Amino acid sequence: MEDFYKEYILDHYRNPRNFGHLERVDASAEDLNPLCGDKIRMELELEDGKVKDVRFSGKGCAISQASASMLTESIKGMKLEDVARMSREEVIENVGIGISPARMKCALLGLKVLKSAALGEIASWP
Amino acid sequence: MIAAPKNYDLRAAEIAKDFPILAQPTSRGKRLAFLDSAASSQKPQAVIDALVRYYEHDNANIHRGVYELAERATAAFEGARGKVARFIGAEPAEIIWTRNTTEAINLVSFSWGLENLKPGDAILTSQLEHHSNLVPWQLLAAKTGAELRFIEVDDQGIHQLGDLKAKLRGVKLVALSHVSNTLGTIAPLETIVPQAHAAGAVVLVDGAQSAPHMRIDVRALDVDFFAASGHKMLGPTGIGFLYGKRALLEAMPPFLTGGDMIKKVEYRETSFNEIPWKFEAGTSNIADAVGLGAAVDYLTAVDMDWIRAHDHELTRYALERLTELAPLGLEIYGPRDPELRSAVVSFNLADVHAHDLASILDTEGVCVRAGHHCTMPLMEKMGWPATARASFYLYNTEQDVEQLVTALKKAAQVFKLA
Repeated sequence: MEDFYKEYILDHYRNPRNFGHLERVDASAEDLNPLCGDKIRMELELEDGKVKDVRFSGKGCAISQASASMLTESIKGMKLEDVARMSREEVIENVGIGISPARMKCALLGLKVLKSAALGEIASWP
Repeated sequence: MIAAPKNYDLRAAEIAKDFPILAQPTSRGKRLAFLDSAASSQKPQAVIDALVRYYEHDNANIHRGVYELAERATAAFEGARGKVARFIGAEPAEIIWTRNTTEAINLVSFSWGLENLKPGDAILTSQLEHHSNLVPWQLLAAKTGAELRFIEVDDQGIHQLGDLKAKLRGVKLVALSHVSNTLGTIAPLETIVPQAHAAGAVVLVDGAQSAPHMRIDVRALDVDFFAASGHKMLGPTGIGFLYGKRALLEAMPPFLTGGDMIKKVEYRETSFNEIPWKFEAGTSNIADAVGLGAAVDYLTAVDMDWIRAHDHELTRYALERLTELAPLGLEIYGPRDPELRSAVVSFNLADVHAHDLASILDTEGVCVRAGHHCTMPLMEKMGWPATARASFYLYNTEQDVEQLVTALKKAAQVFKLA
């Protein structure tokens, strides 16, 4: 748990990357974690079926915000269909800290919303 | 003004010894500081023993059995009803067993509400309510065409009653929580109830957070319905109760129907049992009702006035200690005057989200709740995405508060606030 809030997690929490809104939005989604009310919105700009740019917005805990922030960094240039297929394992590995079962949805909210944007419909919990 | 009971902390430490779960360290070897009794209280050995004793010695289905076991089970079940009735100053016939407060409120909504509300009528509640005392009224209003109104609260969560008279016009039902589960605010029932009655309204009180913490006398409060949950007052989960004034209950149609709630059944029609059984269809939760009876015995033996005074003193102490953390960015919510609140303290620490805070406190053995506390509209109104909440009960001591303060300092360190 001491590892739980590593320096880079706090950095992503306080200085989230790709935070805000896009001028041109080709795909978007938003959803909330009913457990805690944390909310995330994802906006995508596409080019040739690939993610050209991405922004996220919302409020939540360090884990949900850092996970979403790190996710936006990793998907630029990815094919939309690959985004729709991303697994929970990839995200958890990317976050790089031990996530307790009670906090799993916090870590996966960003991915759920991103997949919803890619699929054009609300995705189930990854 | 509530006076501090002498040696309240020593007695609380003695009481804690009756709760086996509290003696157990966490997986990280920390002392357990259980500060989440507003969600569900721990159980004393006496309640655990009552459950075991019931299943080992008295278990059988109630009411129509003619053999000795069935008679003992019936006596234990109805005896528990009598204990709960005495505990809140009611008659046994006015106590209906339910699963919890939520089911008790739904019973009133479906039985009394559908029968008595029509378009043009209004329901008055407050901005503080738990979802359990809001969602049933939203649905009832939608079904009957009644209007839903709210008593507003200020930024400390205190009821604003200046326009109460105007708000009560056309109101048939006033539904209020006695104590707010999020902010601890105690509702000024002594002001609201007489005015509600003068306006011709029936008053329902959600007592989930008050029945465990203060002496309740439904006659003195003069409320028409009072709902509470056993598991928040040292009893088992799955058992709660609804108090209703006899005349109201007698006039109400049944809620759930089937066995045990009948007098005579023919192929095409049925006459119903008397109260309270008219509202208890099917085999009841006998063992847990017996367990709740044991919980009420325990609370009575400790003395509800002592519990109120203890909770008040410990809450006052916690508010004082938490205020010392203001330089770290600790913000406390709810009424600033401890006289106006029960044993609940909601707070946030600087920019640390309440869930992160609760996770860090957990590593120090401190159990608090974090989130919206089933009061999403209140959180939205106040502009809080979430809060952490510490709640106290008769087994909590100043040592628990000390452990909370130490854990909060650690959280401040992890988040580099110091």
